[in-house]
Amino acid sequence: MDYKHEKLFEEKVFKDPVHRYIHVRDKVIWDVIGTREFQRLRRIRQLGTTYLVFHGAEHSRFQHSLGVYEIVRRIIDDGFSGRTEWNDEERLLTLCAALLHDLGHGPFSHAFEKVFTLDHEKFTQEILTGDTEVNEVLRRVSPDFPEKIADVIGKTYPDKLVVSLISSQIDADRMDYLQRDAYYTGVSYGHFDMERILRVMRPAEEQVVIKFSGMHAVEDYIMSRYQMYWQVYFHPVSRSAEVILMKILHRARHLHTSGYRFQHDPIPFKSFFERTIELEDYISLDESVLLTYFQWWRNEKDEILSDLCDRFLNRRLFQYAEFDPATEYRKIGELESLFKEAGIDPEYYLVTDSSSDLPYDFYRPGEENERVPIYLQTPNGELRELSRSSEIVDAISGKRRTDHKIYFPEDRLAANRDDNPLYDKILRMLKG
Amino acid sequence: MLQEHARIVQFIAMANEVNGRKKLQKMIYIAKKMDFPFAEKYELHMYGPYSEELTLRVEELCEMGFLDERCEDKGSYVQYSYNVTEEGERFGEMAETPHEKLGDCISRLSGKSSRFLELVSTLLYFDYLPKDEQIAKVHIVKNKLNFTEDEMNEAFAFIAELQTCSGVA
Repeated sequence: MDYKHEKLFEEKVFKDPVHRYIHVRDKVIWDVIGTREFQRLRRIRQLGTTYLVFHGAEHSRFQHSLGVYEIVRRIIDDGFSGRTEWNDEERLLTLCAALLHDLGHGPFSHAFEKVFTLDHEKFTQEILTGDTEVNEVLRRVSPDFPEKIADVIGKTYPDKLVVSLISSQIDADRMDYLQRDAYYTGVSYGHFDMERILRVMRPAEEQVVIKFSGMHAVEDYIMSRYQMYWQVYFHPVSRSAEVILMKILHRARHLHTSGYRFQHDPIPFKSFFERTIELEDYISLDESVLLTYFQWWRNEKDEILSDLCDRFLNRRLFQYAEFDPATEYRKIGELESLFKEAGIDPEYYLVTDSSSDLPYDFYRPGEENERVPIYLQTPNGELRELSRSSEIVDAISGKRRTDHKIYFPEDRLAANRDDNPLYDKILRMLKG
Repeated sequence: MLQEHARIVQFIAMANEVNGRKKLQKMIYIAKKMDFPFAEKYELHMYGPYSEELTLRVEELCEMGFLDERCEDKGSYVQYSYNVTEEGERFGEMAETPHEKLGDCISRLSGKSSRFLELVSTLLYFDYLPKDEQIAKVHIVKNKLNFTEDEMNEAFAFIAELQTCSGVA
């Protein structure tokens, strides 16, 4: 039997708190899971700094990746297989893309990417097509197989139905992370009837569509997503930790480029500081490495780096205040001047941050929207955009919610406000 | 602090006006690919490279009163145009002075149609590939637009022109 169709002698299962069991029969999937690049995902947390607010949120991208794979496996094997709109030849490719869609995430994903202007999707593609263990496994299926998986993840694969299973407004990725993040954070939102959604998913020419009778299950999913964003993903305290994390990396890079001599040579970071990143540098870095360096940097002579690392590790986070950029942007300039006058570097200790989410959006003919909508399939086969049938979804469609905050070290300012009138003035400006 | 917002305001001010959300998306993407400092993250969407972050920033700037968004019914479609308000001009002064070559790049981009900029930006999205593979990718992801060989050649020539004027080449 060729490798593509080779099955394990016995099915392997991973015990999983969200899906109960994750089932693996394909030899390729089993081999991919065993590669060092996939195992690295055990050392990247799914929710970055959120564990500093919801202490249960220590789950990894490894778990999430297996979860997305399991959802896609069930959609294909229990729902799509045998239907004329679905090409069974795409099964293994779709499963691999589901499993590997987050392969290129770096430590503390988005914060790290932002500081070093990186793109995890580009790294996913590089890991898939480069000189890696995962590439070696995938090439045994066919020489162009790694490239095809990269195309699915990069949304450039010709079969849009395959792409939509991994990336759309109702995809396996979102269905897993909402449930998993709800489970590990312990919050009561984020739950929806996935079993029902899987049963009403149908393959169509260019995307997955939902049987009309499943509309209420999809409404529930969209509302869960909305609540998770504002209750968990945009939690202001978690954002505070992320702000500090980013400032640590900024400071370390600044020190390196200014010729500062670190007590521990920051070898794993050098190529990031100098923008000479090789794939191996990227793969070698994980959250354990970052946290180890943060421990060392706590003892550095540079007071800013040392203080920021101590804040992050010991959860002495920045306080936040509401901020309206439209009317208060000049206030930022004044605060920056006051911080400088008070001997506190505003580059590291005065930070604005915005959170924004659009829970559901759809393409209206004539508008230049870019999101592919969710379609309901009526009993006569006609497709109807979700918000045209659902009043609940219509009520939140296209409505963006944005929140601006300003972060600052209240503890430091408050402890010295009696001795330093500038500190007092800053606090009064920030806190009103 | 709000530097990214201010850069967008500066960009639109330098263009005087930008007609079309899609066009604005592509203009900023192309400028970014020419190494001008725009931080917005882009992904491939329906009309080529698209940045949710940029959409958000533009919406915020409109809400803040720094940009003026005008909606015009063109019959078969609706077009949004963007101008900088007086308050927006003052806000834009907060950012560092833009690179001297940005203005030239913007005026070249402003004169092109959004269909053409969609092609140019999508080619640039795949610029890590050899030319023939770049073209093949564009045909896959833009199969409904049926770009001709002439359009492809024109797009490559335009990219080379931009690279020269912005100093990337």
